[in-house]
Amino acid sequence: MSGRRVVITAVGAASPLGLTSGQMWEGLLQGRCGIGRIRAFDPVKMPCQIAGEVPEYNIRDYVPKAYRKAAKLMCRDIELSVIAADEAVRASGLVTKAIDPEHPTLPSERTGIDFASGIISCELPEIAPSVAVSAENGRFDMKKWGREGIPTVTPLWLLKYLPNMLACHIGIIHDIQGPSNTITCGEVSSHIAVSEGAEMIQRGHADIVLAGGGEAKVNPLLMVRQCLLKRSTFSGNHNPQAACRPFDAKADGSVFGEGAGVLTLEDLDCARKRGAAILAEYAGGASSAADTDDYIHLKNGEGLEIAVRQALEEARVRPEELDLIIPHGTAIPSDDRIEADVLQNVLGSAVSRVPVWPLKGQLSHAGSAAGALDLAAAVLAIRNQTIGAAFNLETPLDGCRLLFPKKSAAYPVRTVLCCGYSFGGQTAAVVLKRYEEKSE
Amino acid sequence: MKERVVITGMGLVCPLGNDVASTWEGLMTGRNGMNYTTLFDASTYPTTFDAEVKNFDLNKVLKYPQRHQHCNRGSSFALGAAQEACRQAGIETETDSPADGIDRRRMGIYLGAGEGAMDSDAFFTAIVKAWNSQTQQMDWAVWTDTTFSMMSAEHELEQETNMPAAHLAVLTGARGIIRSCLTACAASTQAVGEAAMLIRQGKADIMIAGGAHSMIHPLGVMGFNRLTALSTRNDSPWTASRPFTASRDGFVLGEGGAIVILESLSSAQKRGAKILAEIIGFGSSSDAFRVTDMHEEARGAVQAMRSALQDAGIGIEDIDYISTHGTSTAENDSIETLAIKKVFGPRAYQIPCSSPKSQFGHLIGATGCAELITCVMAIQTQTLPPTMNLHDPDPTLDLDYVPNQPRKARVETVLKESFGFGGQNNVLVIRRYRS
Repeated sequence: MSGRRVVITAVGAASPLGLTSGQMWEGLLQGRCGIGRIRAFDPVKMPCQIAGEVPEYNIRDYVPKAYRKAAKLMCRDIELSVIAADEAVRASGLVTKAIDPEHPTLPSERTGIDFASGIISCELPEIAPSVAVSAENGRFDMKKWGREGIPTVTPLWLLKYLPNMLACHIGIIHDIQGPSNTITCGEVSSHIAVSEGAEMIQRGHADIVLAGGGEAKVNPLLMVRQCLLKRSTFSGNHNPQAACRPFDAKADGSVFGEGAGVLTLEDLDCARKRGAAILAEYAGGASSAADTDDYIHLKNGEGLEIAVRQALEEARVRPEELDLIIPHGTAIPSDDRIEADVLQNVLGSAVSRVPVWPLKGQLSHAGSAAGALDLAAAVLAIRNQTIGAAFNLETPLDGCRLLFPKKSAAYPVRTVLCCGYSFGGQTAAVVLKRYEEKSE
Repeated sequence: MKERVVITGMGLVCPLGNDVASTWEGLMTGRNGMNYTTLFDASTYPTTFDAEVKNFDLNKVLKYPQRHQHCNRGSSFALGAAQEACRQAGIETETDSPADGIDRRRMGIYLGAGEGAMDSDAFFTAIVKAWNSQTQQMDWAVWTDTTFSMMSAEHELEQETNMPAAHLAVLTGARGIIRSCLTACAASTQAVGEAAMLIRQGKADIMIAGGAHSMIHPLGVMGFNRLTALSTRNDSPWTASRPFTASRDGFVLGEGGAIVILESLSSAQKRGAKILAEIIGFGSSSDAFRVTDMHEEARGAVQAMRSALQDAGIGIEDIDYISTHGTSTAENDSIETLAIKKVFGPRAYQIPCSSPKSQFGHLIGATGCAELITCVMAIQTQTLPPTMNLHDPDPTLDLDYVPNQPRKARVETVLKESFGFGGQNNVLVIRRYRS
């Protein structure tokens, strides 16, 4: 295939376990859980009142002085993404306009961005006064909204909520002028964004790409949606830390949350020329579609298995050569079961040897950003040669033969598979490898 | 060995017509798709008109419409357009055992698709009930109860941006690479470009690519109105989209679905598919300037155009026609004209460039692929679609915009450009197919 090799020279993450990838990694290994009662709004009447929320931050700490005015155009999805990108740029050693406004050395036109985003719901208290003045006798009146409500909505309202604004703000802050795409493919968006970012480098359209995704799902409208779809657990309100139980027999739904993850992808020669530390290599990726029941849950494993097998094939990795799998593991029982079956099929007799480490019990399910957090953790597992324990996994699903690590430990991690699927049926998989100078 | 990428099918649902032929006929006869808004009561909005898809009935297009019964307008337009495109390309749809000889694992989907309309009745009602104007606080208990009593799981699910691609996977059985992107008004141009790259890189044989979007709903129109992006020529919707004129005052919001079937040349030849045109170049860039404005010197637009030409391996002398983004906003039309002049130099004045948005409006996420289809038609018929309503040219905009009437011309190679909010620039170069 392509002659250009793509390596990862830094990661960044904002997650319920902290504002940096280091905090996320420590939290994962120490068995901390980022899930708690919702703070963003009062969830008193919600069937699911818990979520994974990112700790408090001041966005001004992450936005260069010259761009601070634009911070008010950032919804929370954008803020989290800007924070993760800030870390991924600083840790890479690349000198962007944000790092040194006077002497940036980033090759702007040869740098791209490929970012996953969810459908962003507006902040209700922001628009509520304009809606409220449009009421006539206690009922919303469209004519009054047109005359009196609309003129009071903040003029740039729409720009705050367009999915591509995550990539655009990051691009402006760091002066990224090359190819730019925003993947909106449900819960596999981040896997796809990282694959496509790598492809931009492989085909020579960019030398460096910031790839990943961000989503802030702890918005009342989005939480209602997951409850209506019956994907959220309704039984975890009194014990949030034990609520999200991927692949566990007692699992009865997912816990949604927020986060952002960014990988700095780089052409190998470009990274070597500037003496960058290489954390891992991108080895392959694929996606497909699965049959679904009512477009919500997987009906069978066909689409996920196609993605996993093709990603492995592209990476030239045999299933038994895998050292770690970070699965989607949403804790939605029927989906977990199908994912477990797929991984068992693919692994064959290696099922008893390859550790499977689901992260959502600690991180919650950050929607389209979930894959970016998984991939950031995969890079750190390779760099640190360590894996953590499967959280809230006491008794695996009936018939599940996957090997779930029971405690954090040093482990030789050369090859990692991250996979996912989405409502709507899209599936995706990515394979990362430890970087070795000679490629086989 | 890079694969050549050709187009073997096209489908379109847009305000001018519900297929390619009627849309092209509309473009050639000066029709337009604008009128007063019927999808909701916009009578007191700053803009009271739009460009709506008319008389589109999915039940007449599909054999099994019940598989898509809850889908939103955007998804239904995607399905209609895909059905037409697949038929032309000889891809069987709505079957579990296709006999067309195409390996579904090598056939993928790439859409530039937008979100579905919000359940605005529930949205507005819940806020009115729960907002306390005295305390400026939301009563979340009231809000939650109202929302749960009014919203449905189906409608909520179908708002998600990946649902149009999900419906196309069910329609076509595609099991290859499935992706969906949303880079504002440049989304479907980007989807087609990225899909072409996947074929070129050998990752798929066939990609069903394009876009689908409808933002004609209370919050969508409000958002664009607040940005002052829409024309407010409420006394004359039919002449409101007037790109490159001195009197232009914004775009006309449209909606639609546009699909092209992209295929590796070897796959098309093996299947004996009719080749409509070849995609030879793709360029993508970002302004990295402001989320509110295009770069004053058209930096990003210029870079995307140059990248696309370079990717195609051709020079500025090879372009016969430019299909513009041409939105009819003050900013876009000026900066786009500047960009063309910067890239093409003195030759800019010799290249006709027009905007079909003057007739079908701005289809947002779907617009780029809809316009790409008009480029293929221009190659096939050797006729350029015009820029209508161009009676008072802006004196500072002096290119050949093909004013008011279609024109016979030699059309071998075409450049299609799309620009989106936030500084997203995507450009495709297509050419008449030559073996």
